[in-house]
Amino acid sequence: MAGVQVANLSRSFGAHKALDDVSIDFADGGFYALLGPSGSGKTTLLRQIAGFDFPDSGRIAIGGESVERVPVEKRRIGMVFQNYALFPNMSVADNVAFGLSVRGEAKATIASEVQRALDLVQLGKLGARRPHQLSGGQRQRVALARAIVTKPRVLLLDEPLGALDKALRVDMQIELKRIQREIGITTIFVTHDQEEALTMSDRIGILRDGRLVQEGPPEEIYDKPKSEFAATFLGDANILRGETTGTGIRLADGTAIAAGAGATLAAGAKASCAVRPERIRIGTDSGTSDPNANMLRGQISKRIFAGNNSTYFVDRDGQTIKVIVQNTGVEKLAEGQKVVLRWSPESTVLIAASQDMD
Amino acid sequence: MAGQVVTGSRSGLRSALPLLLPAYLWLTVAIFLPLSAMVFFSFMTELPLSGRAWSFTLDNYATFFSQGLYWTLLLASLRLGLEVTLWCVVIGYPAAYVLAKVFRGRSREAIFLLVILPFWSNGLVRIFSWAMVLREGGILDTALNAVLPFKINIDLMYSYPAVIIGLVHSYVPYMVLTCYLTLQAIDDSLIEAGRSLGASRLQMLKRVIIPLSMPGLVAGAALIFVPVVGSFMEPRILGGRTGTFYGTVIEDQFVAVFNWPLGAALSFILLAVVLVILALASPVLKRVA
Ligand SMILES: Nc1ncnc2c1ncn2[C@@H]1O[C@H](COP(=O)(O)OP(=O)(O)O)[C@@H](O)[C@H]1O
Ligand SMILES: [Mg+2]
Repeated sequence: MAGVQVANLSRSFGAHKALDDVSIDFADGGFYALLGPSGSGKTTLLRQIAGFDFPDSGRIAIGGESVERVPVEKRRIGMVFQNYALFPNMSVADNVAFGLSVRGEAKATIASEVQRALDLVQLGKLGARRPHQLSGGQRQRVALARAIVTKPRVLLLDEPLGALDKALRVDMQIELKRIQREIGITTIFVTHDQEEALTMSDRIGILRDGRLVQEGPPEEIYDKPKSEFAATFLGDANILRGETTGTGIRLADGTAIAAGAGATLAAGAKASCAVRPERIRIGTDSGTSDPNANMLRGQISKRIFAGNNSTYFVDRDGQTIKVIVQNTGVEKLAEGQKVVLRWSPESTVLIAASQDMD
Repeated sequence: MAGQVVTGSRSGLRSALPLLLPAYLWLTVAIFLPLSAMVFFSFMTELPLSGRAWSFTLDNYATFFSQGLYWTLLLASLRLGLEVTLWCVVIGYPAAYVLAKVFRGRSREAIFLLVILPFWSNGLVRIFSWAMVLREGGILDTALNAVLPFKINIDLMYSYPAVIIGLVHSYVPYMVLTCYLTLQAIDDSLIEAGRSLGASRLQMLKRVIIPLSMPGLVAGAALIFVPVVGSFMEPRILGGRTGTFYGTVIEDQFVAVFNWPLGAALSFILLAVVLVILALASPVLKRVA
């Protein structure tokens, strides 16, 4: 097992930069999620690491060994494809045995290793079946068993759960995480599902248009997004824009918003503040308990009840602010009602105005 | 309308009948009637057209078994069929692979056109072109002598290799097309998955690609073997005196000797032999495919 380092990796297709100077350090034994919208370069990055495609420039190292020009069959990686890519002409056991058998391992070794891998993915009894006789979830497990039975240095997964329905997906997320912990393999997991990235990984890298936008543990990216894109792509965020005061911003109508975290900016520059909807308190009173709290007034334009919580859309000065409130059975606000929104500066992140987002 | 057909009710059948009728009519006229006439002929002493008296007989079939020559020729034709089929695999399969897995887009279309071009040229033109290339002092001879420093004398015309070359050229497109269809249906991610597991290209070919394209190979082989065993045009024109095969003997009965009953009997024996071979081969082929 080994860590993976990519440094200043670029790859263009014609004039299109699919990867633009990406550097990431994937820790040994870590579970890393590559997150980004469709077309952001996630698959391209994974294919460079796997060796299916070669970068125009930059370095890739697996376990400290430079591999930029090493072909895929020599990289000792395990790959799981979105469409499973099981060999239809072989039984489940033969599929899993494939990697060991092309290496020329002894028959007895192969048999016991295959059984162990199938047991690990809880398909111990289905070795004799053909891939077409399995359900989607079972095929995904076979693909996983086939990828890890050769004891690769890295496990690469390209949206492996994308083709499964919601309930099965959650099961497989838990399962995949369990297996990854059990064998402790460095795992790079591509997804466009932010929830999946948040719940499964110990580090997330957000890609956009071939560039690495932000990188870090899930909590850090969620609590301290560095761009409006990161704030809105990972989780939900209200973005308030104005001119920075150094420690916060002043909105167009003069209201000051204080931020407890984020960038340090020169006063007067354009900037924005991001606030998560669940951090905002909503009420009708104007009396204040916390004099430092940020405060805005508005009118409820819409309320969506979702059982354990409710989402309020509050209009103020041409902008709609989203607020999520746990259903405690106390607060009952109706559409059209005038309300006061409050949240602490610690829940507010100051973000430099980005050139490429409005 | 469509709904009615799907229900399979009597009215559905009635509305489907006009659609099926042309096909059945065609099958009856083009295959069943001539074939029945030939079966009939093969049991006659004389052709009724000649005006002489005729009666039913088994002599035509007996001729095949009483004269070793026919049996020898049949074996030679079967061997020809086998060799041509093998050459078509050797040439056609790699071509189909390259076409399906290496070329993309425009260049694939262009090369595809080149492959199926022999289909569109007249068979006789094709064979006589080969005659011009292969004969002594012909195109191949002249070209080789222009390049090589020493004098060589290539005279492939009227030889067994000439027959093979002509037949392979005529039939290789079938192999390319059937193999192309099965190869192109193999998902590229299967090949990538195999490579990520450490398989070399040769191992991928042996364990995944060939097994998955076996149906195409089998279909191509059947499409080539059957007509080649009965072929007469290429053996006659390119083989000359060495080009006497089972097919040319049958042709002789129809166009030269005018012994249609014997020609018909020989054809049905060939048909029977080919069907037996395909029947014997099918369980084996089914297993690999
Ligand atoms: N082989 C290729 N040829 C041309 N363009 C490509 C190729 N592979 C990827 N691209 C382009 O690179 C960009 C990134 O693609 P990809 O890495 O597949 O994105 P993602 O996996 O994040 O959805 C896309 O705009 C895509 O069209
Ligand atoms: Mg992708």
